[in-house]
Amino acid sequence: MPLADFDVVLGLEVHAQLLTRSKIFCGCSTAFGAEPNAHTCPVCLALPGALPWLNREVVEMAVRAGLALGCAIQPTSVFARKNYFYPDLPKGYQISQYERPICLGGAVEFDLGGEERRVRLTRIHMEEDAGKNLHDLAADGSSGVDLNRAGVPLLEIVSEPELRSVDEAVEYLKALRAVLVALGVNDGNLEEGSFRCDANVSVKPRGAARLGQRCEIKNMNSFRFLRQAVEFEVRRQVEVIEAGGKVEQETRLFDPARGETRAMRSKEEAHDYRYFPEPDLPPVRVDPALVAAARAALPELPRARARRYQERLGLPAADAGLIAGEPEVARFFDAALEASGKGAEAARRIANWLNGDVARLANESGLAPRDWRLSPGALAELVGLIEAGTVGGPGAKQVLEECFRSGASPAAVVREKGLAQVSDAAAIDAVVERVLAASPAEVERYRAGNAKLLGFFVGQVMKEMKGKGNPAVVNAAVKKKLGGP
Amino acid sequence: MLSIEEVRRIAALARLELSPEEERLYAGQLSAILDYVRQLEELDVSGVEPMTHALAAGEAPALRADEVREGLGAERALAAAPARQGTAFLVPRIIE
Amino acid sequence: MSAELLALDLRALSGALAAGRVSSREATEAALSRIEATDGRVGAFLRVTAERARADAAAADERAARGARRGPLDGIPLAVKDLFLTEGVETTAGSRILEGYRPPYDATAVARLRAAGAVLLGKLNLDEFAMGSSNENSAFKPCRNPWDLARTPGGSSGGSAAAVAARQAWGTLGTDTGGSIREPASFCGVVGVKPTYGRVSRYGVVAFASSLDQVGPLARTVGDAALLLQAVAGHDERDMTSSTLPAGDYLARLEEGAAGLRIGVPREWFGGGLEPGVEARVREALARYEKLGARLVEVSLPHSRYAVAAYYLIAPAEASSNLARYDGVRYGLRAAARGLGEMYAGTRASGFGPEPKRRIMLGTYALSAGYYDAYYLRAQKVRTLIRRDFDRAFEACDVVAGPVAPTVAFRLGEKLSDPLQMYLADVYTISANLAALPGLSVPCGLHPAERMPVGLQLVGRPFDEATLLRAARALEREQGPPPAPPEAR
Ligand SMILES: [Mg+2]
Ligand SMILES: [Zn+2]
Repeated sequence: MPLADFDVVLGLEVHAQLLTRSKIFCGCSTAFGAEPNAHTCPVCLALPGALPWLNREVVEMAVRAGLALGCAIQPTSVFARKNYFYPDLPKGYQISQYERPICLGGAVEFDLGGEERRVRLTRIHMEEDAGKNLHDLAADGSSGVDLNRAGVPLLEIVSEPELRSVDEAVEYLKALRAVLVALGVNDGNLEEGSFRCDANVSVKPRGAARLGQRCEIKNMNSFRFLRQAVEFEVRRQVEVIEAGGKVEQETRLFDPARGETRAMRSKEEAHDYRYFPEPDLPPVRVDPALVAAARAALPELPRARARRYQERLGLPAADAGLIAGEPEVARFFDAALEASGKGAEAARRIANWLNGDVARLANESGLAPRDWRLSPGALAELVGLIEAGTVGGPGAKQVLEECFRSGASPAAVVREKGLAQVSDAAAIDAVVERVLAASPAEVERYRAGNAKLLGFFVGQVMKEMKGKGNPAVVNAAVKKKLGGP
Repeated sequence: MLSIEEVRRIAALARLELSPEEERLYAGQLSAILDYVRQLEELDVSGVEPMTHALAAGEAPALRADEVREGLGAERALAAAPARQGTAFLVPRIIE
Repeated sequence: MSAELLALDLRALSGALAAGRVSSREATEAALSRIEATDGRVGAFLRVTAERARADAAAADERAARGARRGPLDGIPLAVKDLFLTEGVETTAGSRILEGYRPPYDATAVARLRAAGAVLLGKLNLDEFAMGSSNENSAFKPCRNPWDLARTPGGSSGGSAAAVAARQAWGTLGTDTGGSIREPASFCGVVGVKPTYGRVSRYGVVAFASSLDQVGPLARTVGDAALLLQAVAGHDERDMTSSTLPAGDYLARLEEGAAGLRIGVPREWFGGGLEPGVEARVREALARYEKLGARLVEVSLPHSRYAVAAYYLIAPAEASSNLARYDGVRYGLRAAARGLGEMYAGTRASGFGPEPKRRIMLGTYALSAGYYDAYYLRAQKVRTLIRRDFDRAFEACDVVAGPVAPTVAFRLGEKLSDPLQMYLADVYTISANLAALPGLSVPCGLHPAERMPVGLQLVGRPFDEATLLRAARALEREQGPPPAPPEAR
């Protein structure tokens, strides 16, 4: 059977690092980038006698995430120990939740090819992150262990296995990420690992009811890698089945250099985690009053925001989705619109610039919106200059690049670089006359009926004027001087 | 009776290296203890909640405010380390 | 002077210190010489911190001279089980795997004793990781019973009981997971209190079984034990399983007697395994209570016969996980190894003694795939049934009374080859741990034939340590001062 005769079934487990100041079970800082083991204490080093002390903010963030995703918040949830040995796991167990997580059910909603999709969640639970193994730290190949990250709080968000393609998986992740970022519980950074994803992949003959054996894939820190890893894994599983073999349940690691997944050696005999309720932590009680307060304080979520942009501002669905999907961009957009003091027309222009040139510049520079030197007010000002005819399209592009780079105000850039658009009819007429005089043959052909040559003349005029001519005025002047074809 | 294979499986899970004598000894002793604890099967525990936490029900100790507290710092964290490089604990090569 | 000082109980010494009749330095020197003279035979101490003790005593005397005594424990020489972390002072849990380990922080209970001005004499012998009932599982040396050096002091807080009995310290701290304070207290003829689960912080105490472990005092008298409990009890924010209920006043009603108390006598605790000489002393104590105006009520704890079985699933399961951190990575022993797997397995094989290994194996098995429901989960349900038995009993009585152990202290080596027989030494004490209730052991005379101490066990309602202590004090007063063991004479 060819690949097309198989259904792909995907379930995703996302580990989202919570934006708390201190770790989940101790007061150590969660800050990134300190020297190894600088942020440690008896608890996160698992010294003898140390006990976990639960961070209230972690529970509250879990409740917020659960409410935003439509989960049922459990009045009582229970931490459990997941037992296994690994150098980055100092206690020999991870404190997680197992049988009784804090959130059950819920769903992530997103659009896929214009169609609305709703992928259900199994659960959300709180747990601690492991430390970091530093491979090949010593000359003899010995590894190092840094426990700065050990005990950083995570939410694990588990979907039902009902994603049917990689495209769907990517859209699911983007939508989930947008919600968590909008809530302020996660920074959405895949590269730095604060939003990580494991995928459970299985294939089955098209239409078959029973799910195939699944493999868990780890270590995909970008949407591109997720795509590569899942596509590779699907092909691999189909090949195994085609060859008459059986897919083994295993944990596989994605190797970005080779674009392949491979079985993890270290976890061969694991998978008997001997979960049991964590006796050092009483059950977590979530008061209904806390849930009510959290619900009342939820910010506008990305999908609602996108809908508002469409309905109130008339943005096309794609533009609205792009902006609302990045909460920081959405905040930038709102601020720019407010600064413009205008309505739907300005909104469309601002959205176009944001999704077009600004997005390109942000991409090239790798800067997140909070690090842009371009302010919302500056973008609004630029759009105002365009509307007023002060600067034309090509000039505006240059102005934006300069503002994005330096943080200067658009009006100042226009002034300093002399990018103001020329609308003066006399000046333009003079250039038009020069251009027509220089191309008598073309003028002849135009007048004989070749209307397409209009563009050629306009182009020549604009070139003479270094792109600063007002296109409307130039067009009219050329037409007038040529007389109709 | 616990088989030697089972004893080995458990020892591997628990990261304990056992000598052949220990394997035989524990197979026998664990079997005797497991025989003894089997008396729990006499009891009907259907509908009984497990007492997994001993703190009085309803007691809810305060959770910690999300504030950074001073820890040990790298040097004190590493004071008892069997091996170190820089401020990292050093272990034999980890193969994933 | 030294002998007179050593004859004083803790509260009497405290009075003498308060009155300026003696100094902490004198008391400390007396204790250090007693340890020097006797501990070669007894083996209660794994480590004597003489320098530190002298410095602590000097500081206490200086406070006393300024009229700034911190309270009744200021300047009193005490010692703690080597399961309590002590900043900068080697803490081993009785195990090779922690040999030489100097922790960077104090256990909360130790910190509270220090804050009260106590002098720390040293760290006391115990069964490795508190696993045992005879102190024979200590990786370093056995501890012997001051009443008869051929016998065990009980365990796992064997050193904590023996040090008090041998008059080496005025009081000690131990821990009790299945009887580890009460059984050695009974064997050594001292008072030992296991408070309600959650009454004393476990922070900084090497964990054995987290849902069962409790810290408690051992002392010569009930009043001394009450005073020590007062110093360490109360909520600790660093232990989320420590109760937020305010600690009671354990001394206020101590002398109120037993009149009107209803004492529950569980019929299941007086069956087959109870040695007749022990039973005789326990029944005698019950008769004294009647004489004091208490009323004996027969109660039933039908599930207590399942306690040992439930305990030997729950405690090892939790222990197997608690002991996973001893992996050779961050502190403690590390075996020479070529690879990571070898480092783990080799470190743990050479660092742990036979009893921790046995319990790690048992607990790992009980939690492993396919067995969890049948073993661990079922045991936790039986635990609920055991607690319900007590709840029902406490509708009819104020305290439950019975034996601490089925026999007096047994001989070293007697039960070493048969772990199950050793486990059965805790048959009467384990229920209180499973039910999270307070229990204590108070001496109730010597075995008629063996001339070894017998303890009476009292178990109380949750957080009602005050009633337990008051009942124990009534018996103690009625019996008169107990004889001192040969090693203390
Ligand atoms: Mg997880
Ligand atoms: Zn920490």
